[in-house]
Amino acid sequence: MDQAVGANDIKRSDLLEMYYYLRLTRSLEDRITALYRQGRIVGGVYTSHGMEAIAVGYASALKPDDVIAPFHRDMGAFLIRGFSPGEIIAQYLGKRTGPTKGKDGNVHMGDLKRGMLGFVSHLADNMPVAAGAALAFKIRGESRVAFAGTGDGGTSRGDFHEAMNFAAVRRLPVVFFCTNNQYAYSTPLRYQMAITDVVDRAKAYGMPGEIVDGNDVAAVYLASKRAVAKARAGEGPTFLEFKTMRMHGHSEHDAAKYVPRELLEEWKTKDPVVRAEHLVAQLGYGDESYFHEVGERVKKEVDAGTEFAEQSPLPEGPETLVGVFATEDEVQP
Amino acid sequence: MTTATAAQEVTYVEAISQALDEEMSRDERVFLMGEDIGAYGGAFKVTEGFLKKYGEWRVLDTPLSESGFVGAAIGAAMMGLRPVVEMQFADFISCAFDQITEVAAKNHYRWGAAVPMVIRAPFGGGVHGGPFHSECPEGWFFHSPGLKIVAPSTPYDAKGLLKAAIRDPNPVLYFEHKFLYRRIKATLPQEDYIVPLGKADVKRTGSDVSIITYGAMVHLALEAAELLNKEGIDLEVVDLRTLIPLDKETIYTSVRKTSKAIMLHEDNKTGGIGAEISALLAEECFDCLDGPILRIAPPDTPVPFSTPLEEFFLPKVSDIVAGAKKLAAY
Repeated sequence: MDQAVGANDIKRSDLLEMYYYLRLTRSLEDRITALYRQGRIVGGVYTSHGMEAIAVGYASALKPDDVIAPFHRDMGAFLIRGFSPGEIIAQYLGKRTGPTKGKDGNVHMGDLKRGMLGFVSHLADNMPVAAGAALAFKIRGESRVAFAGTGDGGTSRGDFHEAMNFAAVRRLPVVFFCTNNQYAYSTPLRYQMAITDVVDRAKAYGMPGEIVDGNDVAAVYLASKRAVAKARAGEGPTFLEFKTMRMHGHSEHDAAKYVPRELLEEWKTKDPVVRAEHLVAQLGYGDESYFHEVGERVKKEVDAGTEFAEQSPLPEGPETLVGVFATEDEVQP
Repeated sequence: MTTATAAQEVTYVEAISQALDEEMSRDERVFLMGEDIGAYGGAFKVTEGFLKKYGEWRVLDTPLSESGFVGAAIGAAMMGLRPVVEMQFADFISCAFDQITEVAAKNHYRWGAAVPMVIRAPFGGGVHGGPFHSECPEGWFFHSPGLKIVAPSTPYDAKGLLKAAIRDPNPVLYFEHKFLYRRIKATLPQEDYIVPLGKADVKRTGSDVSIITYGAMVHLALEAAELLNKEGIDLEVVDLRTLIPLDKETIYTSVRKTSKAIMLHEDNKTGGIGAEISALLAEECFDCLDGPILRIAPPDTPVPFSTPLEEFFLPKVSDIVAGAKKLAAY
């Protein structure tokens, strides 16, 4: 699981960009959590706190025209795909300037133009959908890949298995991942499945799988790159199990008293942002003053985003009626 | 596979095959997915010969996995293809309920993603299919905003509505009636045509009682109309053709003319489409009604298997005759 990353494995600019997105993700989600605690956000807040390396790592491994069906703790993927902190906070505040114009909240946002499939609360629902996107790429002979994930709990659903099976049978250019953060809401892994490693599920579908340290952004990035390259080369789907730990409650209203404190203490020492900092420093790509500079930069962006979102208008009630059906010009070419 | 030849009569099922074949030839984005649709040509042979003509990536045999392949169709549709999914039997659509109602139906509303796809679902009874091969599940979806629903009654409508459904930028559920597959024939136009979604069709004009129906029940209503005609009752038969969007104007126009309305469908009575249209008539046409709104529909049971049970279950011509006579007396 632990593998040493050397200077030859990742380009300096790529690693520094991932470090920036880790910091931006954390800063943005901390702000969203603060807004929630102040009662300024209606609805739920689900964060990737302590798991930021997963979305940042895999989204960095993809090309812009690849498609992502994110897990609901993949804020970094939205940021990498060009969703601004302002748009995202507006989404949480139910503002018209959010990607769903107030039709849906929090991470339930998507945009086909930016290759992000809108998250569906019914976990694993988007896995067959992502397989279908990959099917479209294959039918049209395009060199594109779909990347789709769910949590450990989501792998218990039928749609997870139907997607894995279909993609494997047709050798579709898709990479599936599981963010194994050890708890599905309050249910620990041992009540979710009778296996220890979620990756074992892939064997049943004749699909190669890999366990990846989900708190190591470099490991996530490199494993994703390998899987994506295989998919792009026509070698079929891969399953990646990103092992991590959910450091907050299921949602910010949940104190997660059912999680043993010592488990959280143990994982606190594996914080992905700190680990990325160590790697950057170790490779000589940045020092304390650089980390401070990045911190200032992301704070400014989040401040500006907060202001934009708070000043944005709410939708008007009758906008409820808009958009049940699509028009022909909205169909993707 | 059927190809259009001059003035040749085609069955309802052949009309469906023709629509698929012509749309696949016209538009390379159109492809098919489903169980046993390839080499076998589908449980009802709708896609016989298609595999050879279009190849395995446009006539895709899927695992036995309705939720999975409906989900995959949604993904392919969002990427710009035009999938047409075959449910082997409409009854199995329940396995894909979540993908249809939560993903396909809501994607555009939630985040603006168009999902141009069709799910063909062979539905209905009268073929001794029993509880799992005879259902009329359209009512479940009638209540889910974001879906369009079609249920043709004739070969002409079957072909024209399927073409319109394939060309529509939204998820369309296309309920084709198994009982009609090989029982009715018609000569279809040689040229390309569609029947637009959202337009009902008055299959028989009459002045005394309106009967609002769709699918195989249209033929039952027409049969009843001939019997009633001999007794001096003139029945108007409104074939909805599309359930969503519902052509309210055609319904209201008919009922305003006759002042009497019967809802007829094969789906069971409670919470059915007839109930909704009855409520609409009570809201919009109350002052022109001369009698109660009647519903003729099966009892609230699963579709039974054995012949006398299924005959008891399904609406009969005599039910319509009795209902129309009752209303005509007002």
